[in-house]
Amino acid sequence: MHGLLFDLAHLLAGMMLVISFMLLYQRAMFGVLNTFALHAMVLAAAVACQALLQDAPHLYITAGIAFAFKGLFIPLALHRIVQRLEIHRSVETVIGVGPTMLAGVGLVALAVLVVLPVTARSAPLAAEDLAFALSVILLGLLMMITRRNAVTQVVGFMSLENGLILAAAGVKGMPLVVEISVAFSVLIAFIVFGVFLFRIRERFDTLDVHYLENFRGERR
Amino acid sequence: MNDPGAIALSAVLGVPVAAAAVLALPLGYRLGARLNTLAALLTFLAAVALIGARPAPGPYLQVDDFSLYLVVLTTFVGFTTAVFSASYIDHELDVGNLTPVYVRFYHAMYQVLIFAMALALTANNIGLMWVAIEVATLTTVLMVGIYRTHEAIEAAWKYFILGSVGIALALFGTILVYFAAQPTVGEGTDAMAWTTLVARAGDFDPAVLNLAFVFLLLGYGTKVGLAPLHAWLPDAHAEGPTPISAVLSGLLLNVALYAVLRFKMLLAANGEAFAPGPLMVTMGLSSLLFAAFMLYRRRDIKRFFAYSSIEHMGIIAFAFGMGGPLANFAGLLHMTMHSLTKSAIFFAVGHIAQVKGTQKIADIGGLTASHPLLGWGLVLGVVAIAGMPPLGIFMSEFLVVSSTFAREPLLALPLVAGLLVGVGALVLRVQALAFGAPRGGMAPTRASYAPLFAHLGLVAVAGLYLPAPLVAWFRHVAGLLG
Repeated sequence: MHGLLFDLAHLLAGMMLVISFMLLYQRAMFGVLNTFALHAMVLAAAVACQALLQDAPHLYITAGIAFAFKGLFIPLALHRIVQRLEIHRSVETVIGVGPTMLAGVGLVALAVLVVLPVTARSAPLAAEDLAFALSVILLGLLMMITRRNAVTQVVGFMSLENGLILAAAGVKGMPLVVEISVAFSVLIAFIVFGVFLFRIRERFDTLDVHYLENFRGERR
Repeated sequence: MNDPGAIALSAVLGVPVAAAAVLALPLGYRLGARLNTLAALLTFLAAVALIGARPAPGPYLQVDDFSLYLVVLTTFVGFTTAVFSASYIDHELDVGNLTPVYVRFYHAMYQVLIFAMALALTANNIGLMWVAIEVATLTTVLMVGIYRTHEAIEAAWKYFILGSVGIALALFGTILVYFAAQPTVGEGTDAMAWTTLVARAGDFDPAVLNLAFVFLLLGYGTKVGLAPLHAWLPDAHAEGPTPISAVLSGLLLNVALYAVLRFKMLLAANGEAFAPGPLMVTMGLSSLLFAAFMLYRRRDIKRFFAYSSIEHMGIIAFAFGMGGPLANFAGLLHMTMHSLTKSAIFFAVGHIAQVKGTQKIADIGGLTASHPLLGWGLVLGVVAIAGMPPLGIFMSEFLVVSSTFAREPLLALPLVAGLLVGVGALVLRVQALAFGAPRGGMAPTRASYAPLFAHLGLVAVAGLYLPAPLVAWFRHVAGLLG
């Protein structure tokens, strides 16, 4: 088992982490979308690699969903939305890039420190995959916090979800991974296209969540 | 499939799905509302039939005492809320707040929500339960945003962001539980089934289970609305249609708490993992105290009762965190009583907000004079939720407090303080709402009183007399919870 594939699985999980960091410092809207597409494609490769390693053909479906839906379809559709709504200038961030990256490094350290000792007795690849996955999840959360824009928040959530799929695929023989990735895709598709962006567009002519925050609940 | 239990279970899950598909067709509003109520009634009857004949646990579905009690409660409140919803939506259509297309969508989503909650409760598989709770979140997000006002969109967006982050953390916890189970149970669905997990939890790695529980508590705890994670709850309650507020408070919070409790059972069965009680006690107490004080500052009637829901979920989490047969019994009773009372209050509040044309507490007054039935219904509901004897919530709160005094007297002090502070706010507000000179719209209303008084009647009866079989049932479940 400890062959080329094993190293490749590690490499791909590590690449996802690096791309998560890249997402944190993107300033242009299209940059965010392209980087996310790359994130999803690397996820697809990582899941396919796990499918080979674990000899689990159903994981190819998950990999296919990640590649086609999240790697191609969602980024393309978001591109179109961004173009049509003309919000492709730069992305507002709440804190600067430097502190964000430092916070990201701290979160990765935290993930490694939490997961590795706990999983010391388990299979080596699964434990490290979990640590990578938790890092990707935490960086996704960080991105959701540091971005004001609705589109980038959704991208943050999707990168977080990529981390979850990585974790689910990395644990040997986990059932329902396909169902879970489908459920997530439905969630994203519904939210992104069906409702929110269009409703927000109708009302505000902007996708900056900042404008939503004028209302604090007790005024009416 | 010849087993009557299996038929009843598939009816509980199948009827809402079929109804959702039918209700999505353009039927006209009246037929849609009637079908919605009928489907909810059929689901409830099927759930009652499950009491008599239970199916054997399968790889994906199972029914035990704990889940069955919640299934019956959920489908019952689902049915009464459908009755209330028919007259509520009728008014919204008249006023023009909703268009027929949206009502169609609303009815279909309502059935999907009932299906998702029933599936979450009857799932034998932790992954399936997660998917069901995710679907329930999704449908409620869509329904909260249905009015498409500025406020409704903000509420729905906030709910979506916090809810999906919570759901994501819960999935990571779920994966960790499988990760802990897989070395002993082996690969495949067995390692995700409650029945096998609880039976073999003793052999799992306790460190992994601990880590998993932290994620699960934070994840599902967001959906329960426990204190630091509650930010979505008041907005979602206030801006969505009132039947959805009733279902959210009365049912969905319970379903999320059910998930947490199931995992708590798993930790208890393991033995070596840390005791999750103190964590839940802390979160419960902080929810209770925080919400009790926040009640004084609410100006919006639905938001006010949403905070009261946070308070009561805090009490319930506290009771289960204390553990032991008595506190668990009190927690189960409180879950039931809170469900019934809070949804009854929202039924009254929904009609009140419609008649008065506002949700602002300051603009509503003298309800007992202008709309006696609604006004007294609200007063009765508030008296019940405040925990006054002889109603049901008094009994469950009394049990929580007395069992806490017996075991941890110091913890009982903040608990009682929180309860009293909450009662003060409720009394203060209900006086302004129900008595004094009438303010706001005076038009007579075509309200549906049956669901409101049916719930309050049950709560009153439960306060005076609990049937022995029910007590035995709760005792057994309380024992299971450890």
